[in-house]
Amino acid sequence: MPESPLLAVRQLDAFYGDLQALFGVSIELATAEAIAVIGANGAGKSTLLKSIAGLLRARRDAIAFDGVPIGGIPAHDVAARGIALVPEGRGLFASLSVEENLLIGGQLKRSGPWNLHRIYELFPVLAERRRLPSTALSGGQQQMVAIGRALMSNPKLLLCDEISLGLAPIVVRDIYARLPTILGERVSVVLVEQDIVQALKVAERIYCLQEGRVALAGAAKDLTREAIAAAYFGV
Amino acid sequence: MVWINVILQGVLVGGLYAMFAAGLSLIFGVMRLVNIAHGDLIVLAAYLALVVTETLGIGPLASLILVVPLMALIGYALQRLVLNRTLGDDLLPPLLVTFGLSVIIQNGLLAVFTADSQKLHAGNLEVATVRLAEGVYVGALPLLQFIVAVAVIAALQFLFYRTPLGRAFRATADDPAVAQLMGLDNRHVFALAMAVSLAVVAIAGVFLAIRADFDPSQGPARLIFGFEAVIIGGLGSLWGTLAGGLILGVAQAIGAHLDPGWQVLAGHIAFLVILAIRPEGLFPKVRT
Amino acid sequence: MSVRVAFASRSSRVGMALCAVGIVALAAAPFWGGRDDLALLSEVYAYVALASLWNLLAGYAGLVSVGQQAYVGLGAYILFAFAILAGISPLWAIPLAGIIAAGVAIPVAMLVFRLRGHYFAIGTWIVAEVFRLLAAQISVLGGGSGISLPAGLIIAIAPSRQLRDFIEYWIALALVVVILALILLLLRSRYGLALKAIRDSELAATCNGVDVMRTKFLVYIVTAAGTAMVGALIFLQRLRTSPDAAFSVNDWTAFVIFIAVIGGLGRIEGPIIGTVIFFVLRQTLADLGTFYLLMLGVVAILVMLTAPKGIWGLVVDRLGWQVFPLERRVVLDERSAARAPMAATDGR
Repeated sequence: MPESPLLAVRQLDAFYGDLQALFGVSIELATAEAIAVIGANGAGKSTLLKSIAGLLRARRDAIAFDGVPIGGIPAHDVAARGIALVPEGRGLFASLSVEENLLIGGQLKRSGPWNLHRIYELFPVLAERRRLPSTALSGGQQQMVAIGRALMSNPKLLLCDEISLGLAPIVVRDIYARLPTILGERVSVVLVEQDIVQALKVAERIYCLQEGRVALAGAAKDLTREAIAAAYFGV
Repeated sequence: MVWINVILQGVLVGGLYAMFAAGLSLIFGVMRLVNIAHGDLIVLAAYLALVVTETLGIGPLASLILVVPLMALIGYALQRLVLNRTLGDDLLPPLLVTFGLSVIIQNGLLAVFTADSQKLHAGNLEVATVRLAEGVYVGALPLLQFIVAVAVIAALQFLFYRTPLGRAFRATADDPAVAQLMGLDNRHVFALAMAVSLAVVAIAGVFLAIRADFDPSQGPARLIFGFEAVIIGGLGSLWGTLAGGLILGVAQAIGAHLDPGWQVLAGHIAFLVILAIRPEGLFPKVRT
Repeated sequence: MSVRVAFASRSSRVGMALCAVGIVALAAAPFWGGRDDLALLSEVYAYVALASLWNLLAGYAGLVSVGQQAYVGLGAYILFAFAILAGISPLWAIPLAGIIAAGVAIPVAMLVFRLRGHYFAIGTWIVAEVFRLLAAQISVLGGGSGISLPAGLIIAIAPSRQLRDFIEYWIALALVVVILALILLLLRSRYGLALKAIRDSELAATCNGVDVMRTKFLVYIVTAAGTAMVGALIFLQRLRTSPDAAFSVNDWTAFVIFIAVIGGLGRIEGPIIGTVIFFVLRQTLADLGTFYLLMLGVVAILVMLTAPKGIWGLVVDRLGWQVFPLERRVVLDERSAARAPMAATDGR
């Protein structure tokens, strides 16, 4: 366990209206660490990320970032503190060009290693297509824009919600191949994935959610496939 | 030659209608809000200009220096304090609240300024004419008003597509939740959009007040003209809105030429005909 | 033990009984009230009817119109046209106004239904403006300055002024009772369920097989007919019409919307409560002139922001009352073995 966590989620409950989606979830993450949150559909993975990003209500002390409680503060405030979410389904702005999507990610003007130039270096294909509307790109390229847009805010913590969703395996491998570069800039990463194989390659530790609760947590290398499968499917 | 003049007059007035429409179109584009009080805010701007010109003894065009930022400020406050609280999936709250606002502004103006009609005086500018061709003369004021209208549309176009603020407007319109993830505070972005809208309203209001008499009851008709221009031009396209304003102006001018009682009616009929045969407007923005 | 579906509840049985007593008492008003009372009550009935119709349109069908003055004015002008140009008794002209307005509403609906949401609202307003401007062009009906009903036609209704007042009062009362009863029946019918489904979620209603457009179309036509009959009656009582008065957006839409909003949208009781509040405010504050209207606007905005369901919405939430038996509720019942299609709690 990290000693002074960058992110500490403690006993987080989350609701959609009257429906409770998370029950006392606790996770921790150190600076420059990558963790994976896995689980079946509806286990609460996206809910967890949305709560951290400020899109859902949360108890103030349920989420601490850099030691400051941030639970339930507005999403734009969370972003300003250095948490960036790559939303599920990418959430690109349809009426903005590729470059405008990246620029709006950088509009907070936080200083750090990432700028347009570095993003185009990381994803060269985007440089060629920067004038196109974001909707004109392939799924994989759109995902690159979404990641690049999040990095443009120079976050300390990057939350990635199912970046492999709906992409061909070769494209997924291609995108995951860039993650070490991102981690090299001392960015912490939370990967929410259904594709466990990919997640385990990058993440040092994993949390497995099941029906809104943490069913299993531990270092990736210590966990057996059987244990993960059991926590994943709840058998 | 008579008809050329009629159409020319219509085009020049159409610029004013395009200004009525541009502010309406902008806030609809950013936050899907139709401001029923839009016309009354135009009239409010006219009265603000009246107060400014009378207290400072300056001309109506100079008064813009004060009236534009003042209206923008009102727009920002209005959105932050009232209208943001009405936004959501339900259409009724924003509609009813702006409708209530319209009644408040109308009666507030009535209480302060009475129902007497007022006018802003721009001195020589009002009588000066410009010769465009043999037998074709236009007033300097309508011409200036038209040039300003084109400039306003061009400026909005630039703001929307070439500046960080415009980018924020478009992003928030596309997806307000994801826009927040970019550090954009929706409430602030919406309030800025309303501020821009009312800055345009201020310019429109001052020109309206120089061109003709105005009184507190004129707001709804200005709202309707602006709305007609937006729909004729096609939603989401600023140049389309300008074209819509010009078409409305020309239709009204032709109607007025045939019979003075038909001026406004002819504009409405042009609107209804376009709604019947081309409900998406003449120049809709193609969204991919 | 079996289950059956019932409309009535204890509060609604009490409510309906009180309604019946109230209607009888109001019908007897000519025997206990003066001429001013009758005039005021007639006006109250007109606003209850207009607000209830608007509530049906906006609160239930989601068709937020700010152009219902088109039909008030249309009704007035149809009555005056039939009476003055064809010599038809104004009393007969009232139902005719309803029928013709329904016919006019069909092409209008086909046009304005092309506009969505807020734009629909302004579109209806433009239609009303077109009607107003056209009415001003009809020189045989006085053009822009309007026209009065000729004395001969008025006397033909009843020879004495008092009897005429009584007849017109009873028609006003009958009209509002009939309109409320029809709305109640409509909402209890298959269409009513469809309307509530649309009110709660248009998408979900479509998915469950509700023909949303057809239902909305029907409501628009029915509302137009009712509004025109009320309009015809209002201007029969005023004996004079003009384009500005008959197609007034303030009188026939702004006030009506405030009544419906303050009382509570999407509830049949709302417009009645709203009308009472509106008239109490008007009778006590009317001396303030424009400030009264200004305050009305402020009150409407405050209600919309703080209690969007209106006064009656608050009552329902706190006390669970319903005067009009409108909601289906499942009742445990030992006798009947009726089918129970759904437990339609009015979830909003």
